[in-house]
Amino acid sequence: MSTTVSFVPLATLPEQESAYAQFNEDLTLHELSHYLPAQAPLKDFIHHNTLHAFQQKKFFDALRIASTKFGYKVSLSIEEYREYFKEGRINEKCLEETIARRKGKHLIGIWKEKLLNGNFQTGALPRIGMLRANWKKCYQVDMDSMVHPTLFRLVCSYLDQGISSWQFPLQDRNFLNSLREMEKNSFTSFFKSKRVSKLFVENRLELTDLLSMLVGDEKYFSQYLFDQQFAHQGWSGMVATIETQPQTLIDSRKITLKDFILFELLLELDAMDRHHGVGKWRPLSSVMKEAPTDLFSAVPPTEYFDAVTIFQESLEWSYYDEVLAGLVMQQRRQRPKHMKSFQAMFCIDDRECSLRRYLEHEDPHCETFGTPGFFGVEFYFKPIDGQHLTKLCPAPVNPKYLIKEIGQGAKREVDPHFSKHTHSIYGGWLISQTLGFWSALKLFVNILRPTGSPASASSFKHMNKDASLTIEADEKLIQEDGLQVGFSLQEMTDRVEGLLKSIGMVKDFAPLVYVVGHGASSVNNPHYAAYDCGACSGRAGSVNSRVICFMANHRGVRNMLADRGIHIPDTTHFVGAIHDTTRDDVDYFDVQALSPELATMHKKYAAAMNRALDRNAKERSRRFEYVDSSRPMDRLHQEVRNRSVSLFEPRPELNHATNALCIVGRRNLTEHLFLDRRSFLNSFDYQIDPEGKYLLNILKAAAPVCGGINLEYYFSRVDNQKLGAGSKLPHNVMGLFGVANGIDGDLRPGLPSQMIEVHDPVRLLIIVEHYPDVVMKTIQSNDATWEWFRNEWVNLVTIHPETHELFVLRNEELVTYEPTSKVHYAENIERVIETRMDNLPVYSI
Amino acid sequence: MNTILPVFILIPLLGFVTSLFVQRKAETAMSRVAFVTLATHFTLLLGYSVWWIWNGHVPFDEKDLIIYKSEAYEFFIDLCFDKINMVYMLTGSFLVMLVTIYSRYYLHRESGYKRFFNTLLFFYSGYTIAILAGNLETLFIGWEILGISSFLLIAFYRDRYLPVKNAVKVFSIYRIGDVGLILAMWLSHHLFHENITFFKLNNYELVHEHLQTHSLTGVLLSLMILLTAAAKSAQLPFSTWLPRAMEGPTPSSAIFYGSLSVHLGVFLLLRTSPFWEHQTSVRVLIGLLGLVTAIITTSIARVQSSVKSQIAYSSAAQIGIIFIEISLGWLDMALIHFAGNAFLRTYQLLVSPSVVTYLIREQFYSPILRKKTFEDLLPKRVSHTLYMLSLKEWNLDNAMYRYLWNPLKLAGKKLDFMTPKRSVIFFIITFISGFLLLMNESLMSEGLHHFLPFLFSTIGLILVLKSFTERKNVKLAWMLVIMNHCFTALAISFNEHYTMSHNVLYLSGILLCGGIGYLTIRRLRLKGNNIDLDRFHGFSFEYPLLAFIFILACLGVSGFPITPTFVGEDLIFSHIHETQAGLALFTALSFILDGLAIIRIYARIFMGPHVKSIYDMGYRSS
Repeated sequence: MSTTVSFVPLATLPEQESAYAQFNEDLTLHELSHYLPAQAPLKDFIHHNTLHAFQQKKFFDALRIASTKFGYKVSLSIEEYREYFKEGRINEKCLEETIARRKGKHLIGIWKEKLLNGNFQTGALPRIGMLRANWKKCYQVDMDSMVHPTLFRLVCSYLDQGISSWQFPLQDRNFLNSLREMEKNSFTSFFKSKRVSKLFVENRLELTDLLSMLVGDEKYFSQYLFDQQFAHQGWSGMVATIETQPQTLIDSRKITLKDFILFELLLELDAMDRHHGVGKWRPLSSVMKEAPTDLFSAVPPTEYFDAVTIFQESLEWSYYDEVLAGLVMQQRRQRPKHMKSFQAMFCIDDRECSLRRYLEHEDPHCETFGTPGFFGVEFYFKPIDGQHLTKLCPAPVNPKYLIKEIGQGAKREVDPHFSKHTHSIYGGWLISQTLGFWSALKLFVNILRPTGSPASASSFKHMNKDASLTIEADEKLIQEDGLQVGFSLQEMTDRVEGLLKSIGMVKDFAPLVYVVGHGASSVNNPHYAAYDCGACSGRAGSVNSRVICFMANHRGVRNMLADRGIHIPDTTHFVGAIHDTTRDDVDYFDVQALSPELATMHKKYAAAMNRALDRNAKERSRRFEYVDSSRPMDRLHQEVRNRSVSLFEPRPELNHATNALCIVGRRNLTEHLFLDRRSFLNSFDYQIDPEGKYLLNILKAAAPVCGGINLEYYFSRVDNQKLGAGSKLPHNVMGLFGVANGIDGDLRPGLPSQMIEVHDPVRLLIIVEHYPDVVMKTIQSNDATWEWFRNEWVNLVTIHPETHELFVLRNEELVTYEPTSKVHYAENIERVIETRMDNLPVYSI
Repeated sequence: MNTILPVFILIPLLGFVTSLFVQRKAETAMSRVAFVTLATHFTLLLGYSVWWIWNGHVPFDEKDLIIYKSEAYEFFIDLCFDKINMVYMLTGSFLVMLVTIYSRYYLHRESGYKRFFNTLLFFYSGYTIAILAGNLETLFIGWEILGISSFLLIAFYRDRYLPVKNAVKVFSIYRIGDVGLILAMWLSHHLFHENITFFKLNNYELVHEHLQTHSLTGVLLSLMILLTAAAKSAQLPFSTWLPRAMEGPTPSSAIFYGSLSVHLGVFLLLRTSPFWEHQTSVRVLIGLLGLVTAIITTSIARVQSSVKSQIAYSSAAQIGIIFIEISLGWLDMALIHFAGNAFLRTYQLLVSPSVVTYLIREQFYSPILRKKTFEDLLPKRVSHTLYMLSLKEWNLDNAMYRYLWNPLKLAGKKLDFMTPKRSVIFFIITFISGFLLLMNESLMSEGLHHFLPFLFSTIGLILVLKSFTERKNVKLAWMLVIMNHCFTALAISFNEHYTMSHNVLYLSGILLCGGIGYLTIRRLRLKGNNIDLDRFHGFSFEYPLLAFIFILACLGVSGFPITPTFVGEDLIFSHIHETQAGLALFTALSFILDGLAIIRIYARIFMGPHVKSIYDMGYRSS
């Protein structure tokens, strides 16, 4: 689960031809960095809407514009949709309804025929790259081949976080200055052309000067820069991201998109001088025969995109309708309160959806909740011996607190295979003849019996559970690194109150309340951060769960809570835990503090948890082709665990693949539904929040967080080559911050194909249980949140808590909706799990 | 066939052929075939090696299969076994076995799953042939298989631009190595008047006797071997191909470019060391080449900021040191070093994606200090220069273009006047007149008779040069390649009165495959596709079957050991006199260009991003 960085556009991209006749450097640079991929370095991998730059447009308009301008594939192909229709995954009734809604009832026949059998005009060349294609047309110069290798290598070496043995000299200066210093003070040059070298050294450059030399006519400047940067959007995006968030590199660098572009323009100038001779060529605009289509001009609607719209909506509603039918059909069973055994809080993450179901099944008297996995406590974390801070809360939040780990730090193991000495002459000589043979053995053992190694990422390694944490601030409110160490009593109480109220857990506490964070384990996986909890900025949620439990168990906090109307009985104890979503293991924190009585209970509940984990592992295993899900449980679970430490396993787990729903409401809405791990579940009780105050906070986070995850999966799935990272098998780690194919390719942001292949590209449906007018008022009260709903980047349905009527948001209004699907009762869900690999329908269980 | 040796070649070959018949989607069947093949191979090999060592480890050699024989010429498959190929076989077999297990899971659901295992087994068949080879001819068969399977593995992601571009690049370097090997074979024919086995080279008297009378030939032969070894083992000036080969799935990069393929140059040197070990100048040269490579590639490795290129350059540096060890005569040490380096680099490449987790954690727990390196002791100006040069790979990659390919392209451009029509007319006229002259040799003067082979081979070379640089007409480029072969045959026919059957042997495969290739191109055009050679078209995306047929045709035309042409090629060379170094060079060059032109045609038509599916393809830079 992860979050997005919110972005406020300075201005929107003008859509009139003349708008850029006057080149506005700042505006163009700003726009560029807005449209470039915004993925941070690997260690901070955070899911976000891949097309975030288009978010102020309606979803389907954005698709059309993005596709026409940038050549992205933005939906399934018509053939794929037709295939879905044949398989029944797009149902006919939904298709007809969508046509009626979008085109009018009278056109159902015509459009259905068109959709299922017609021909659509596709495959026109995208606008991006048209202008720069003239280099090859007019001069037979393959500009990209001449410029890219040098440019990529230079910027990668400058940004490198610790791969190279001999680091970039002068890296404390900014990118351009360090290069200039090297150019000045050396016997060789970055350029072949003396003229270009002189230009660079004398530092008399402006973007416009270089553009005049290369491009000529000012009206093409902006388009040229877009063409140029989108020829390697991975690298440009990384530069732009580091410019705006320098703290995302541990070893920081000063680089700006402008400097990067300047240097690229110089290399292009050099390439032309080299190829044609100084003064023997003229700028592009004066030699090209015809003007390219203006990149920025308006994109008219086409029949093809209308078809995409109808198909996509039908696909989505074919699924949504089942879910909604299931929700309405639910028998509301209010459980007798006095029989509560324990309560457990999980992250809203879709991966916890099935575990909660199994836990409730193993112990029918327990109660589970879902809430963002930082559990309302935001802070930076500094582990023992850590030299830097780790943010443990959603990325856009800037915490003022520091939690330090104190005591005995865990020993870090060393693996000599990653040692730089293997790359030196003498070291390499010595090591290859000694350690080399050890590697052979190690490889052999590791392939036959996978075990963890110092190189693997493990959710349990994130924090040493035997060390203690500085959670409570002392009276002096000590500051460190500009942050307050720990929380004051008041601050702790606020956070516990906020958490409990937002999930509706304000009375009838069970003796044991578990707070379960989550993380993941994997090896040989550069995208490891994407597997952890995004509400904790791509880290495991262990520290947060421990911190909130300490607060909730604190005597002073409980007293203050009681004053605020929340009475937690003395017999109730909060226990922190971490769930490893890859291995399906749970580890508990500070259990030695439990009273003997509670300890006995804990033992019993932990056993139930283990059984639930086994079954959860089994349910997950149905997606793994080589795993036989009907194997005996312990073996099966071990096989699932092995995936997290197998070097050769590109799919240790499937993350958020298939996510499609976010349900905000009480658990009894979904308790008896089999949702196939496709839903984010956020607990919320409308009775406690009649005004929608807590609801706003939930939706403010859920729309961008869950919506961001969902859309990143959507776009990586529909265009894995351009918007995703392609297959991860040939990936090569660049400078520890990105991956590329081979050694001289562009960086590949987005998700690798192994993560998205089972994903069905449907937008997120957020379902809120509250009165429609309250929901409407709530979402409109925050502009950024409202944009997500208004522009249809996520869909919204509200469910009336009393009448159970459904309302769907269409054209900024809530209108009633009546589901027509029939949801079947699954007698033996285990059997279904053992036999099927594909997405399952909604079952009632 | 008197021992078990051929079995070690037949097992992977059988595995390869079986694997071709596995269904495309049947992952389990596919990986099982590969695993059973390799496991059987490794077990047998291990048992055999133990048995062999136990029984006194006597090296032996055997003539296994005579493929072609005439009075003066014999082409035979010869295998041998000693500690050198024992180590190479065991290392190779062990690593490939591990990689098959590894890839069973790693490549799961990859669209080229079957293709990967096919190529892997093909590669391994070539490897065993090359390693067990007892003479240069047998080695060459394996060598060719390795070249083509390397090309296919690097271009595994054939829908993307860069892998295909790099695959062609690597193939062209390999082809330079091939020219060395062809010329080495030619020279050794003339030196020893037979297809000499490596084993006979151990006979000091024999070698010494021949070398005394032909010391220049001896040195040339050693140089050709060194050229081949340097190209294959990524030594200077060829080092830059190695990191660029890292385009396929990580396990294939690990095993081929991290370990097996790249150590074959070392193998060639080890194999032929009895021949050159008495030539001090050659040994000094090998040592120096190794030393310079070790230093230069280490400097490049030190500035690499991507994991795979760093490992590639460090590996090349270690191979440089192995070269030094060999030149010093420390062959056993070189063998140990080879195995250790192969294991280490394979493992490092396989765990390379983990580097992020490991080093980021390391970085998090240690204060940021700029590490002092020895370069800091140098004057700023020198150290900057060194850094910039290392980053630019000492311009080695550019130099390849500048001094090798660009002049060829420039020369080819001068031939733009050759339209398809003119070419055909020219070909018919010259070829027929040449043929008539051949029929009436008695009428010619001595001088003309000497001159004609050279003339015709020059014409052949010019034709293939044009083919290599042709940008528009595919059919023309393809036909020119075939014409080149005809001229080569014609040229050599003047040289010696050998029977027509040699020519038939040589041209049969070429004409057959040439025809098939031509029809494939025609078919593609009939389907309404506009093809030129100016860009990649990626038609394998749309017509995988045509692509497969066409590559078979390509292999046949380029003298790959699937048609009699392969033997014919060697045969033709044996008819070039020792005094005709120019003719040998020209013929060798046209073979090389030939292979390049053909692979270029294949790559341009069938590989790269598919022209009609822009929305499904990756960026050019990706």
